[in-house]
Parts: sequence; structure tokens; C-alpha cells
Amino acid sequence: MILPMDDKAEQEKTPEPLLIRRILAGERELFHDLIRPYERGAFILAYSILRNREDAEEAVQQAMLNIFSRLSQLDDVERFKQWAMRVVENEAKMYRRKRRQHLYESIDASSQDSAEGKAFRPRQFADWRDLPSDVVEQTEVRQAIWKALDELPDIYREVFVLRDVQHLDVAETAQVLEISEPAVKTRLHRARLMMRESLTPMFAKPKGSIWERWKGMNPWLAAKR
Amino acid sequence: MGTLEGDEPMVSCKTIIAHLSEYLDGDATPEMRQKIEKHLRRCHRCTAVYDSTRKMLVITGDERVFQIPAGFSERLHSFLDATLAKM
Repeated sequence: MILPMDDKAEQEKTPEPLLIRRILAGERELFHDLIRPYERGAFILAYSILRNREDAEEAVQQAMLNIFSRLSQLDDVERFKQWAMRVVENEAKMYRRKRRQHLYESIDASSQDSAEGKAFRPRQFADWRDLPSDVVEQTEVRQAIWKALDELPDIYREVFVLRDVQHLDVAETAQVLEISEPAVKTRLHRARLMMRESLTPMFAKPKGSIWERWKGMNPWLAAKR
Repeated sequence: MGTLEGDEPMVSCKTIIAHLSEYLDGDATPEMRQKIEKHLRRCHRCTAVYDSTRKMLVITGDERVFQIPAGFSERLHSFLDATLAKM
């Protein structure tokens, strides 16, 4: 398991642009330090495209090799993160094509695009219970979240992973996916509502009395709470 | 639900849901933020959607949820060492 604090400390010791220059000058062993902070993100991004852990691991290995080979082509060393994630994204998609999954993907992509323009209407309105921070230590909770992510259509899953799991900003996400910033925002909005919808049965407060349920449906009473 | 009493008509639930994501990111305009907050004070259903989306983002953003496979990092660096040695 990667410890993010260690990664940050490492980054502070040697700034990324300097690390890149030294690797290009021949200090190959520093490549390990360069990619360490991005391993987890690269894996999750590849997984979001391939939805198979073994395939994602293999795609990340190849992508990291590609990053090393093409490092001299990086135009702006300040944008290494976006560039590296773009390489991972391309490699995972290439891997998927090799596996002939594109036959299914092309059908999905067209239906996803047409759905994008329509507003998403939530169907689940149950209140969520308060979640202690250690709730994510529960295996069934983690499995439910992975499953909800799996069930998102491809174009929403990638945006969700970059923005809300890897915490890239809108501009960085747009650069990785080569889409516009408004498209990132639209897809993210939909992805979040879909994730919430999928996970509501697991995290909803236990149902109370009929009165409580009716009160929840009635805006006049809800307003007086 | 979008037309409760008040000084001016409340914006609809549909409008609130459409702007929820930008509100959560702190990107809503001051005017929209005010409308959303006014609406949320009175609409239980939109509050439930807002609150649960916020909670969902907290748990999905937790590093413990999406863990990489055991030994992933070691295998990656061994693979790179072995492959780069041949290049």
C-alpha cells in the first residue's frame, strides 16, 4: 500500500521538473521516484476502462514503460501528471481494443452520448445515515462502491475516477480525456448522481414509522423541521 | 415542491438538482448558491439528495476504498527494472 504522505515528502525533496530533467540526463533509476505518486491513480484509471484488475495491472506496466520511453516528448514538465494519465488512458484503451471489447464499447458509447444531454432525475430520496470514517474499512462497503463504479457507463466512470477519486481538477481532467471542461462538468454531475443512486440502498437510514415517511414526502412539514 | 411560500417563488427541484454538482464544488454563482440554500432549507427531498451526494463523495474519495492489488507496486517496479535493463 502506498503511503501518500511519504510520496509528498519525496516530492518536496526533489521537485518533479528537476526529477524529469535528471532522468532525461541519464539517471534512469529516478524514474521509480517519478511515477510512485501516480501508481494508484494509474491503476484505478486503467481499471475504470478495463474493469478487470489483472488487465489493469498489465496495462499500467506497459503504460509506465511508454511514459519512460516518451519522456523526452513531454512539452511542459509542469503538466507531467495530466500527460502521464493520458498515456495510461491510451494504453488501457489500446489493451481493450486488443481484447476485442470495442465491439461492445461502440454500442455503449453511442447510447451514452445520447443520454448525456438529458437531465438525470433522482429516484431515491431516502436520507443517508451518518457514516463514521471507518465505514470504508468494511469489506462489503468497499465492494458496494466498486460495484457502483463498475455499473457506471464508461464515459461517466472515467470522469468520476479522475475528479472524485484522484482529485484532478476540471482543467486537468479535460486534458487527460481530451474533452471540453463543460463536458467534464456535465459527465461528472451525472456520474455523481448515478453513484449516489446506486449506493442509497446500502447507506439509507432504516425506515421509520409511516408518519416519518409521510413527513419526508411533505414539503410543508419538512420545511418546519 | 418548487413553489413554496416566501418573498419570491422558489426555483424548482429540477433546477436545484441540475446545479447540485457545481454547488458541491463551490463553483455555483453567488446568486445560484443563495437560491440553492434557500431551496434546501425547505425541500426535504433535495436536501436528501444533496446530503447523500456529499456523503458519497467523502467515502469514494477515501484512499482506503479503491485499493491497488497487494504487491502491485513491487511487481511494477520489478518489471520496469527488468525491462529498462534491456533497453
